[in-house]
Amino acid sequence: MSVRVERVTKRYSAAGTPAVANVSFEAKAGAITSIIGPSGAGKSTILRLVAGLELPDEGRVFIGEQDTSNVTIQSRGVGLVFQNYALFQNMTVRDNIAFGLTVRKRDKAEIDARVEKLLSLVQLAGKGNRFPRELSGGQRQRVAFARALAIDPKVLLLDEPFGALDARVRIELREWLEGVQKEMGVTTLLVTHDQEEALEISEHVVLMFDGRVAQAGSPGDLYDRPLSPEIAAFLGASVLQGSVKNGQAQAGSFSVSATGTAVEGEKVRAVLRSEDLKLTRSATDGEVRAAFVRRLKVVGGRVKVSLDLPHGESVSVDLPRSEVDALALAEGEQVFVDVSSARIFYGEFDI
Amino acid sequence: MSTTAHARSRLILQESGITRAILIAVVFAFLALFLLVPLGTVFLLAFEKGIGAYLSALSDPGTRSAISLTLLAAGIAVPVNLVFGLLAAWLLAKFNFPGRALLVTLLDVPFSVSPVVAGLSFVLLFGRAGLFGPFLQAHDIAVIFAAPGIVLATIFVTVPFVVREVLPLMQAQGNSEEEAAMTLGASGLRTFFRVTLPKIKWGVLYGVVLANARAMGEFGAVSVVSGHIRGVTTTLPLHAEILYNEYNFVGAFAVASLLSMLSIATLVLKKLIEWRAR
Amino acid sequence: MPGFRLTLISTLVFVALIVVLPLFGLFLKTTTLTFPQFIAAVTSPRALLSYRLTFLSSFAAASLNAVFGLLVAWVLVRYEFPGRSLVDALVDLPFALPTAIAGLTLTALYTKDGLFGKPLAALGIQVAFTPLGIVVALTFIGLPFVVRAVQPILESIEPEIEEAAMGLGASRFQTFRYIIFPTVLPALLTGFTLAFARAIGEYGSIVFISGNMPMKTEITPLLIVTSLEQYDYAGATALAVVMLTVSFALLLLVNLLQRKLARVTGNAVA
Repeated sequence: MSVRVERVTKRYSAAGTPAVANVSFEAKAGAITSIIGPSGAGKSTILRLVAGLELPDEGRVFIGEQDTSNVTIQSRGVGLVFQNYALFQNMTVRDNIAFGLTVRKRDKAEIDARVEKLLSLVQLAGKGNRFPRELSGGQRQRVAFARALAIDPKVLLLDEPFGALDARVRIELREWLEGVQKEMGVTTLLVTHDQEEALEISEHVVLMFDGRVAQAGSPGDLYDRPLSPEIAAFLGASVLQGSVKNGQAQAGSFSVSATGTAVEGEKVRAVLRSEDLKLTRSATDGEVRAAFVRRLKVVGGRVKVSLDLPHGESVSVDLPRSEVDALALAEGEQVFVDVSSARIFYGEFDI
Repeated sequence: MSTTAHARSRLILQESGITRAILIAVVFAFLALFLLVPLGTVFLLAFEKGIGAYLSALSDPGTRSAISLTLLAAGIAVPVNLVFGLLAAWLLAKFNFPGRALLVTLLDVPFSVSPVVAGLSFVLLFGRAGLFGPFLQAHDIAVIFAAPGIVLATIFVTVPFVVREVLPLMQAQGNSEEEAAMTLGASGLRTFFRVTLPKIKWGVLYGVVLANARAMGEFGAVSVVSGHIRGVTTTLPLHAEILYNEYNFVGAFAVASLLSMLSIATLVLKKLIEWRAR
Repeated sequence: MPGFRLTLISTLVFVALIVVLPLFGLFLKTTTLTFPQFIAAVTSPRALLSYRLTFLSSFAAASLNAVFGLLVAWVLVRYEFPGRSLVDALVDLPFALPTAIAGLTLTALYTKDGLFGKPLAALGIQVAFTPLGIVVALTFIGLPFVVRAVQPILESIEPEIEEAAMGLGASRFQTFRYIIFPTVLPALLTGFTLAFARAIGEYGSIVFISGNMPMKTEITPLLIVTSLEQYDYAGATALAVVMLTVSFALLLLVNLLQRKLARVTGNAVA
């Protein structure tokens, strides 16, 4: 079932700035839609509005074709998963998973069968009689997933579900979730501050800044065609500032001829993604700039290379370690940067 | 960011306005009837015959000697328990040793023993027919039915207060700062006064305030060892009892009002300490 | 860490002199009784009636405290209202007010011409100088125990837990019944037991309101004092041993409950 959020505004205090303002988007049925953005952007509020944990001041939330304005949280049929697991500490794993069915007064045998199935789905078969405190973080979060899935939710609402887990478990669980979601085809809304996670896992991404939707679309759309430099920066690109001079859009060390509509002196920002930048040890043809390697940060098999450009700006490039080794890069050395493409934004941007 | 919020701030987790209003009203009514009205009554009855009668009741020599005995008992019991409470807390927080759990229990015993039983225990030790009775009599030392017995009983009932407040604080804060201070060459005592004590000062103060309230207000244990010799072995609560039994209600409640003011001061201090310690 | 010897020796000496020695004296005195004498002393009709009264009134008071204590804690933790912090401070009054003063003022309130006693007498209910009066005084004494035991646990329940329950279809009542109540239950029982233990040994607030009628409103601590005043040291000691045994049993129970509580909340206990 799809989820449609229509012009929703929510204020937590009557006078204060709204936590979300005039937000609209649609989460497609059966797909994972991620809501991303910096903290305080209103991501969790959106999720809470869809869940029925908060009521919108203006606008409406549809689940399927149903307007949820008068539907209580109990009858919305949403599966909630929180960052802190929120398991019932006084109950066994089995009773946690069965809870939604127990309060619906389902048949005991039916509940047992369903719980067993879910236990094996979340790879916790045989651990039904444990208490949450006896499980690891990853296992606890899987119990929370099973508990949410037990009621056959119309929508799965995940609020930073991997946020409290260490890196290895996070990736493991993320892949597991992708598989289960695909298999069950349940519409999923995922709130995360981790843009990589969102781009990797979701079909659709809603990026929020300051309580508003900055851009919504497929991960590819956002990455390849960001609507503003801020969006590009949030997704990991380097942004250089400058202005239009003599018909050239100049941002620091980079300059390209400005588009026809550009006005002399207008503000210019150049967005450089890691893959737009090519490093060489000797100057060749093309747009090549000399730069200094400020820092090399090895992250597993990849290296984050921070470069200082001649005009004092800095950009960063993410490279496989093998490539860094082949270039024999070292901190403080000179390299040449070849820009294959850059997105240029003119003027001020309202996001 | 979702874990910091509290149920109080979540509208959906609140009962309906009417239910809330009823529950709050019940709590107010219950506390008013059970706590506030009795407290107010003390002052009402103390001033029943006017401020003159109140003041003359307080300036009675019996009352004055009761005040000094109460101050003496608390003045000894509280510092003694402060010092030994800190020593015990250090011992229990920093070291593990066989019998530690038993020691923790023993330090808590005075809270679970009836004050009357505590008083009786001291009578059985130091009374005329007690274990040390013959020795004390031979040397003409009075403990029971005298000030020393009252002081001892007061120390007994206030043993747990300081340890109880300080031990969890010390445990929660761990050893790292003390270890750092000592690697820098500070002595153990200096480390305690310069590093540990500043961290636990609010807990210590809290324990002292509560111990003091109990010390000045103790009735059962002190009553058993006092002998009720008017003007000699009566603390304020005992003096209030004597006046009450003599049907001198204004006197009894005037004395009671002093102790009630003490308890109000205790509550205010307690709240202030909680607020400062945050 | 330094100071092990110093703190160990001083603590042991202090505890030995102030806590252990008196209790030892108590048991030593008991040995002057033969076993049949001891049994006779602790099972006299007057003693048995005093146990009954002490136990039942303490139980009633602790039960009242459990109900109202939970309610007070709930309101303090979950609702925002003017005077909240004042109410929070007031809860500790019974800890701060000397018990004898509580006894005095409650007696004044509940005698036949007292503020509460008068209307109650009109309804045919007598409180002062009856077991009911004892229950009132013990309820006063024990109130903070339950509130202070339950409050931190209620405070620690994460709102997401309740939200998850409601998302799964539980009503507010079901959320309370299945999630919140079982979570606070060990704390509630701890508070109940503490209030009960305190009530069993209470003396100061009772002597005034109970009227101290032998066989009728005579609690065990009072019987000990009476025996003592009649120089029946052996009899007083025998009763004291009974009380001490009950106190230790309750202390043990509290420790067990605390351990259970630690498991529920995931916190270690001291």
